[in-house]
Amino acid sequence: MVAVQETVDQVRQIDVDQYKYGFVTDIESDRAPKGLSEDIVRFISAKKNEPEWMLEWRLDAYRRWLTMTEPTWSRVQYPKIDFDELYYYSAPKSTPGPKSLDEVDPELLAMYEKLGIPLREREILAGVEGASDRRVAVDAVFDSVSVVTTFKEELKKAGVIFCAISEAIREHPEIVKKYLGSVVPVTDNYYATLNSAVFSDGSFVYIPEGVRCPMELSTYFRINERNTGQFERTLIIAEKGAHVSYLEGCTAPMRDENQLHAAVVELVALEDAEIKYSTVQNWYPGDKDGKGGIYNFVTKRGDCRGDRSKISWTQVETGSAITWKYPSCILRGDDSQGEFYSIAVSNGYQQVDSGTKMIHLGKNTKSRIISKGIAAGRSDNTYRGLVSAHRKASGARNFTNCDSLLIGDKCGAHTVPYIESKNASAVFEHEATTSKIADDQLFYCLQRGLSSEEAVALIVNGFVKDVIQQLPMEFAVEAQKLISISLEGSVG
Amino acid sequence: MLEIKNLHASIDGKEILRGVDLVVPTGEVHAIMGPNGSGKSTLSYVLSGRDGYDVTEGEILFDGNDIVEMPAEERASAGVFLAFQYPLEIPGVATMTFLKAALNAQRKARGEAELTTPDFMRRVKVASEKLNVSQEMLRRPLNVGFSGGEKKRNEILQMALLEPKLAILDETDSGLDIDALRVVSEGVNALRSPGRSMLVITHYQRLLDHIVPDKVHVMSAGRIVRTGGPELALELEAKGYADYADEPV
Ligand SMILES: Nc1ncnc2c1ncn2[C@@H]1O[C@H](COP(=O)(O)OP(=O)(O)OP(=O)(O)O)[C@@H](O)[C@H]1O
Ligand SMILES: [Mg+2]
Repeated sequence: MVAVQETVDQVRQIDVDQYKYGFVTDIESDRAPKGLSEDIVRFISAKKNEPEWMLEWRLDAYRRWLTMTEPTWSRVQYPKIDFDELYYYSAPKSTPGPKSLDEVDPELLAMYEKLGIPLREREILAGVEGASDRRVAVDAVFDSVSVVTTFKEELKKAGVIFCAISEAIREHPEIVKKYLGSVVPVTDNYYATLNSAVFSDGSFVYIPEGVRCPMELSTYFRINERNTGQFERTLIIAEKGAHVSYLEGCTAPMRDENQLHAAVVELVALEDAEIKYSTVQNWYPGDKDGKGGIYNFVTKRGDCRGDRSKISWTQVETGSAITWKYPSCILRGDDSQGEFYSIAVSNGYQQVDSGTKMIHLGKNTKSRIISKGIAAGRSDNTYRGLVSAHRKASGARNFTNCDSLLIGDKCGAHTVPYIESKNASAVFEHEATTSKIADDQLFYCLQRGLSSEEAVALIVNGFVKDVIQQLPMEFAVEAQKLISISLEGSVG
Repeated sequence: MLEIKNLHASIDGKEILRGVDLVVPTGEVHAIMGPNGSGKSTLSYVLSGRDGYDVTEGEILFDGNDIVEMPAEERASAGVFLAFQYPLEIPGVATMTFLKAALNAQRKARGEAELTTPDFMRRVKVASEKLNVSQEMLRRPLNVGFSGGEKKRNEILQMALLEPKLAILDETDSGLDIDALRVVSEGVNALRSPGRSMLVITHYQRLLDHIVPDKVHVMSAGRIVRTGGPELALELEAKGYADYADEPV
């Protein structure tokens, strides 16, 4: 049919090169020598002025990593990564920790401005006042180091610690020691172990007992340097009754070669605490022929350690050549709750294998999974999820809804749910649908005067609405735009 | 307004329209009747520019210009509206949102300013009250879970808002109960104007009791085989299409 043929032709021409965050910033950097060895681990640790215990922790991880092999169970396919061809540390030269924004390389500030991320508190305040009283504190991570964290003073007044993890290791070792690796153990998986050995920077958040964090916290990650792996490590702890909402955003320049991103994120929620973690991931997806792009191999896990605690993951995944991630919740505390809201968009040659794990350990624990996968071009989009109830998890409940939307006929969507229940009182519900933007649906929109781009954006926005609503308001609009941009050129 | 000359169209190599000739002058309302499968819906799709149909011969003059090559969305903005026989559902998109997107897309294409939200809301309120469409329905996703009659009313609501020059109504009466038929017909009649033409496709005379046409055409096997006044519909109601049994499509 003509319509189908046109879609096919369009898909062939998809120009993922329009990636709008693809500029490279010209900044002098301080890099570790190429490759991975104990010396490199020591080099990174020394660069960060880390205490001895941290170095030992890293070396232990490195030695264990040497004994492990790369996992192959996901649906994604990629050439073998040569870990000796990567750089494991890169920092903008001007930074052995800038004291204030004035000390930050102006090129860097300009770059963040280009990305639309405000780092100047004064300007944020000026811009936001009147319009809304919601402010966002930002931690910006450039290649391997955190370059600036805003609103630190104000957060400190509330007792909240929000800083680079490298700083937390130096300034708050007792908290870091207690929690680092307690949710994602050093040997959890190949990439998590690698991360434990060479992690460079990331954010640290500590919300003390009973405190509701006075503003949205946000970290922006950017990989700039060629051939550099970014191994960020984020640790968020919400003490009893504490509340926090955190958002991470990610971009990278266009590069011919693939860059590796292997992060570990650990969340700990104690009694009655609540953590809301949102991600807008827009790493470079590669060009129209599938060349370049980020390999995004991430381990994210939250531990609902206390009774009645709650952890909620929301993710909008539009970038990366390969995405391989399963933000998960361990529902340990009685009456604890886990949520996973996901939008995964793939176009061009992108491959996504993502989902979640909800591990019900405590009594009357609840979890909810809403996943929306959108596949266009020649991409492959897999939802993989595990819901399990252990023997003692009486009254565990899960509701899962996985919807896939296909645009064109060269892409694929797959749903791989695993359900395990060792407690007879557990109630798990699973719904899944796969639909296609139908020619007649598109024609209906065109007949009303919408262009095909507008029609696809409208249909897709309707499809992802339930998840978009979960995002903090200021990011919802951004996320919607991002989704539209990612799908540009996917239909005639 | 609309002049169709010797229109031949096929889909997947199968000829469905086999030389349609039809003239609808500005301001007139014409009805098309005809047996199932005679090509009425196909004609409405070809007129509104749906993909997948090959026009192999003939022309469609709209305001004097041949629109055969014009993309569907441009025809829409130029004033061609089709009320679908089977309106489509768009999950997650509020009816109101869809109406606004459509109206503003057409205005933009015509170089007019987009409507402000209050201005738009006012127009929707006026039009929806006339058609008995509730505010609650406008907040629901477009056509999702709407009853057959609600979908049809929603089509006419869109027509009222988009103010087309040529409205093609494909079996808008099917699925309507007696009261809804009256409401919809009144809505359509209110939209009759000297500058607007309508092509009303129907199987039943009772719709034409409400919307009295200037002319009635009979379509059979991809052609207009007879044209007459409103009385022709009564005759068809009595005798059926036996007289027009052309060679099957
Ligand atoms: N995509 C298609 N491929 C093949 N044949 C088609 C296609 N679409 C329509 N047809 C055929 O074209 C003919 C005309 O169909 P159309 O829907 O235009 O009839 P209609 O007059 O609207 O009928 P009804 O009164 O039942 O609505 C039918 O025989 C139908 O089967
Ligand atoms: Mg029909």
